Amino acid sequence: MHRLLPILLLLLTAAPAVGATDSADAERGEYLARIGNCAGCHTAPGGEPFAGGLRLDSPYGTFITPNITPDAATGIGDWGADDLWAAMHDGERADGSPLYPACPYPSYTRVERDDIDAIHAYLETVPAVAHETAPHDLDWPYGYRPLVNLWQALYFEPGTPADTADADPVRARGRYLVEGLGHCDGCHRARGTFGATDTEADAPGAMIHGWYAPPLADPAQAGLQDWPVAEAAALLRSGRTEHAATMGPMADVVFDSLQYLSSEDAQAMATYLKSIPARTVASPERLIGLSERGREAAMREGGRIYANACADCHGDEGEGGDGAPSLAGNRAVTMDNPVNVANMIRRGGFPPATAGNPRPYGMPPFHQLSERELAAVISYIRGSWGNDAAPVSATNLRR
Amino acid sequence: MHRLATIVSCLLYLLCLPAEGIAADDGMGDRVAACTACHAEEGIRLEDGYVPRIHGKPAGYLYNQLVNYQTLRRRNATMNHMVSHLSRDYLYEIARHFAERHPPYPAAAERPGRALAERGEQLVREGDPQAEVPACASCHGERLTGVQPNTPGLVGLPRQYIMAQLGAWQVGTRHAAAPDCMAEITARLDGRDVEAVAAWLAARPVPDNTEPADTPIAEPPMDCGSVPAPDDNA
Ligand code: HEC
Ligand code: HEC
Ligand code: HEC
Ligand code: HEC
Ligand code: HEC
Repeated sequence: MHRLLPILLLLLTAAPAVGATDSADAERGEYLARIGNCAGCHTAPGGEPFAGGLRLDSPYGTFITPNITPDAATGIGDWGADDLWAAMHDGERADGSPLYPACPYPSYTRVERDDIDAIHAYLETVPAVAHETAPHDLDWPYGYRPLVNLWQALYFEPGTPADTADADPVRARGRYLVEGLGHCDGCHRARGTFGATDTEADAPGAMIHGWYAPPLADPAQAGLQDWPVAEAAALLRSGRTEHAATMGPMADVVFDSLQYLSSEDAQAMATYLKSIPARTVASPERLIGLSERGREAAMREGGRIYANACADCHGDEGEGGDGAPSLAGNRAVTMDNPVNVANMIRRGGFPPATAGNPRPYGMPPFHQLSERELAAVISYIRGSWGNDAAPVSATNLRR
Repeated sequence: MHRLATIVSCLLYLLCLPAEGIAADDGMGDRVAACTACHAEEGIRLEDGYVPRIHGKPAGYLYNQLVNYQTLRRRNATMNHMVSHLSRDYLYEIARHFAERHPPYPAAAERPGRALAERGEQLVREGDPQAEVPACASCHGERLTGVQPNTPGLVGLPRQYIMAQLGAWQVGTRHAAAPDCMAEITARLDGRDVEAVAAWLAARPVPDNTEPADTPIAEPPMDCGSVPAPDDNA
């Protein structure tokens, strides 16, 4: 009895220590899962976190995200750390079948084992939810899962590429986050045959849910090469700077994920993004030229609409105002591809509410503008106050 | 079409006039200018409009709706999009901002024909015991101006909006927290009932006191999941 006591005591005192590392892992895992935005995809609107059910439209049909809570029957409760590692690193599910790259493991494959284990530890702590998600609704023949084996053989190389060694640890950390958990390239790079990411340095951006995610290599589009690191970091975390506001899917990414970045990690990402060699990348969308007379007419009509409907917030000279970003010198406006600006004007909306911008100002939707009027006001803001981008015709805005 | 026209006219209205300065609102007026482009203080039309009044409604009710739009419990493409990136704290602040404002009510819609008016008034005042429909006033308040903190008033709403909301509950594009009493009630109404209450309500003259009632309904005829304390402002 007495001899047992010390053992018991040892067990009792040892137990909290084990618990403490577990919970430290889980806490780190929670942070990493935010940066990977696992919940952003694995949660249905209004649904329980990680219980799946979000519908993701793609050129191959609709994916329905699975439940990754620790429920044994409908979630991944019986997946050990090795199983999650195999999924994230090798694209292999617990039953050995291949994972569709709709789960961005072509990026997550660059994440270290330690970090995946922490995410696993965290996922074990989220409430288990019994929620059977519907099967994917994919077009023929993409619904045939074994085809993914072929895809992986052709386009997927697990693991960290050799050329990521970097003497600057801050930049290396940034690259690790951007190319790994952040899966920025999942949206910001064009996809070729069967969804394989275009790895060329001057790859164009890609369309996502009707928006254009511009290339991060081009400072005239989404590149941050010309920005001070602090301002770039602030854009990632707050979704808004004096000169830019995130919108559409990028606002989702900031709201669900990047706003939780530690300031060191935001700084690191910004440092790496700034160091990407700058390129001029052509837009996949070609603008239809307007005659000089057409351009003048568009500028006149656009100017009238702008003065009536926009100048109150964005300023007479496009200089911006309380909460409304400047349109003069704004590359979201002058970028070749006008689709984002057209979406923003049609749909309006608020940038994400974040710690850095907790009470954002919003813009009303202007869906009552005709295509011609919309093209005119876009041409006007692209060609005024020092902005020198080509005008846009209504045909370019037709979807 | 009418609905679009209203939106256009309120947009033009708002944007062509300098926004009326509202004292001591910490800049909220400008922050939510995007909202008042549609939910203007004036210009809501009960006869042929659609955009509902949001001013002066109980803050808890407004907050619940903004959360419902964000989580798609309530579906409307514009509203779902407008609130999609806002935090719960900020949504509550926006709800309070509108709850505290009491611009004048719009003119009542035209009175419906006698038969429709009688049926509408009966449902609102007495309900229809046979169909197990409780009187609307038994929850929405004697004056129909709502009850704090989470039950909305039914005065000053456009006819088409009321019809659309009752219909949305019937087809499942609008939900409130369970048990969703309005879903149960609307399932017991037929198309003519919906038309009758909407027409009668939109034609009601606004009572002198438009404040939501402060005291909770002592014995509500049914449980409503949205009625206890506002969804805690987490
Ligand atoms: C862009 C959306 C997206 C993101 C972000 C995402 N996933 Fe997925 N995930 C999916 C889809 C879609 C599937 C289904 C793929 C399939 O059926 O092969 C999936 C499948 C999975 C599976 C396999 C589940 C099963 O039952 O087969 C796991 C585990 C998983 N994801 C974990 C994660 C983790 C952990 C993260 C964050 C680090 C994450 N996912 C981020 C979309 C996403
Ligand atoms: C779900 C798709 C998606 C993902 C993932 C994504 N982006 Fe974006 N991003 C977009 C879209 C669409 C735009 C264009 C809209 C805009 O400018 O806000 C954009 C714009 C940007 C911009 C330009 C903002 C401006 O206004 O100048 C930057 C910088 C950016 N993204 C960086 C990143 C980084 C860094 C990551 C990874 C951590 C990332 N994005 C992940 C879709 C995405
Ligand atoms: C009530 C104030 C308001 C009005 C009126 C308004 N805007 Fe905006 N606008 C904003 C705000 C706030 C944002 C940032 C929204 C976001 O990022 O989601 C914005 C964003 C934009 C953007 C995207 C800029 C960027 O960097 O991402 C464009 C382009 C734009 N507005 C054009 C217009 C045009 C054209 C009109 C008139 C037809 C107009 N706006 C009317 C407030 C306004
Ligand atoms: C383009 C016009 C438009 C804009 C902009 C707009 N709304 Fe709405 N709002 C509507 C319409 C239309 C409805 C009714 C939708 C429905 O049928 O559910 C509505 C419904 C609502 C409701 C529910 C009212 C009730 O009685 O249940 C609230 C609350 C609301 N809006 C608040 C806001 C706020 C806050 C903003 C700004 C963040 C905003 N709206 C921006 C058009 C708009
Ligand atoms: C048992 C209590 C109860 C009864 C009886 C009741 N309601 Fe309601 N009603 C509510 C509650 C609670 C809400 C708010 C629901 C929410 O949060 O979405 C509501 C919301 C509404 C709304 C939405 C208002 C808006 O601004 O969007 C309408 C319209 C409505 N009720 C009409 C009626 C009519 C007509 C009747 C009678 C036929 C009725 N109600 C009877 C409790 C009740």
